[in-house]
Amino acid sequence: MAKITLKAVEKRFGDNTVCDGINLEVEEGQMVCLIGASGAGKSTLLRCVNLLEAIEDGEILLDGEDISLPGLDPQPVRRRIGMVFQSYNLFPHMTAAENVMLAPRRVYKKSRAALRPEITELFTRFGLADRMNHYPDQLSGGQQQRVAIVRALAMKPEVMLFDEITSALDPQLVGEVLDVLCLLKDSGMTMVLATHEMGFAREAADKVCFLKDGKVVEEGAPSALFDAPHHPDTQAFLARALK
Amino acid sequence: MTKINAAGKTRRQIYEDRLRRRSMLVAGGSTLVVFLAVVILVPMAPGWDRVKASFFNWEVFAKTFPKLLEAFKLDVAIFLWSAPAIVLLGLLVALARDTRNPALFPLRILGAAYTDIFRGVPVVLTVYLIGFGVPGLGLPRPWNSPYIWGSLALILTYSAYVAEIFRSGIESVHKSQRAAAASLGLSDTDSMRFVILPQAIRRVVPAQMNMFIALQKDVALLSFIGPVEIFRQAGVYKSLLANFTPYVGAAVIFLAVTIPATRYADYLIARQNRERS
Ligand SMILES: Nc1ncnc2c1ncn2[C@@H]1O[C@H](COP(=O)(O)OP(=O)(O)OP(=O)(O)O)[C@@H](O)[C@H]1O
Ligand SMILES: [Mg+2]
Repeated sequence: MAKITLKAVEKRFGDNTVCDGINLEVEEGQMVCLIGASGAGKSTLLRCVNLLEAIEDGEILLDGEDISLPGLDPQPVRRRIGMVFQSYNLFPHMTAAENVMLAPRRVYKKSRAALRPEITELFTRFGLADRMNHYPDQLSGGQQQRVAIVRALAMKPEVMLFDEITSALDPQLVGEVLDVLCLLKDSGMTMVLATHEMGFAREAADKVCFLKDGKVVEEGAPSALFDAPHHPDTQAFLARALK
Repeated sequence: MTKINAAGKTRRQIYEDRLRRRSMLVAGGSTLVVFLAVVILVPMAPGWDRVKASFFNWEVFAKTFPKLLEAFKLDVAIFLWSAPAIVLLGLLVALARDTRNPALFPLRILGAAYTDIFRGVPVVLTVYLIGFGVPGLGLPRPWNSPYIWGSLALILTYSAYVAEIFRSGIESVHKSQRAAAASLGLSDTDSMRFVILPQAIRRVVPAQMNMFIALQKDVALLSFIGPVEIFRQAGVYKSLLANFTPYVGAAVIFLAVTIPATRYADYLIARQNRERS
């Protein structure tokens, strides 16, 4: 059974159909990359999986269990699915460590003292040991984004969603964040990424999905999709993106 | 490369120094002209001697000032016990108006009605209605005290304004902060308490300071319903000495408090604007 299954997911904003019958399977431990032009619906799809947006129709299954049922309490589900945003969204009034500890403290009722060792370990693993007590505005973009990743990981999620997490970064900082993703992949995390980093998707993804106008036009292993795309829309998009 | 001249200044610095000197000269000159005009022209007005005797009488000023200062302590006391109540009630109303829980819908309506009513009525009217109306019910001591009901009138009025300012602060926090909190599995309450409110409150501190400066001045309105605070004390002296100078003394005391406070609020606003740009 797949870790996450999307069945005919439909999402509309008014008359604008942003996800138009999307089917997708993500196996445990897989890294799946969503690619596509701006406005294709990548971000919206991720937000639906994290229940930040309610879907109109279709089903989203986590371990075979329907999490998109209208009226379901979203909070327990969100704890199992971590999300990292393009604009970091760190809480600016808290230090990096406080950012990371807030949710485990409130949701899992753990004390700061109890959290301290595992949090320190996470910061160290992602090269942030000396930045724990800094405020977000004292950190570089790359550091902020890594803190955001650590913050999501501290909830011990089973799945991580990444929405173009390198798009706001200076080119020389992109590498350090992508390295973190590779580290996570090696640890067996199930991940879904919306990304414009084609080189990274080709190298690291287990599966790549090309989205256009809210539909999955083509999906497959990166080598197949990048080197021999079948659909003319995919060919056109890649021709532009890889130029 | 900028060339450094003998004085150790760049060409740009020399140019800016010259500009600064010239604008200071112009500003000083025009201020002097206005000042001289006032000093020379005002005493030429036909009623000046009378005004001077009844508003700017130094003897009366010196005699009444200490007692006015004493009376001002009551204004400060009323301010000090009203202000925390206003912050608390204002925050509660702001949160009530923001709630999305359908069970709390009546609270939302109530909050909206409350802010509309108390922002719509002149403060002095509210002070009269509550300050005379409630003790008129014939309540036993100490519940007929004008201090209690006068303060309540101020608290109710100012909480309505303060609530709206808090609400604007809450709305100014970007919705991505809520999304980030939600994505971590935080409840709506926790997200408000730990993520949204701390940021919102920080942003509205300068605006709230201006509200509280206004409150300190409006405490004088309680003089209409009894308490002998500074404005009332000045009125007593006016009748006693048939001279308006005590009012000027009262104004001086208010200014001594409000000008520094206003300047500080302006400084905070300027600093925030700098930080955000
Ligand atoms: N909250 C919203 N309300 C209304 N329309 C929205 C909302 N969020 C997204 N949309 C619309 O949904 C469509 C898809 O947006 P989405 O952000 O999912 O695209 P994307 O593939 O992530 O694009 P990008 O690469 O630019 O991030 C767009 O047409 C957008 O205008
Ligand atoms: Mg997007």
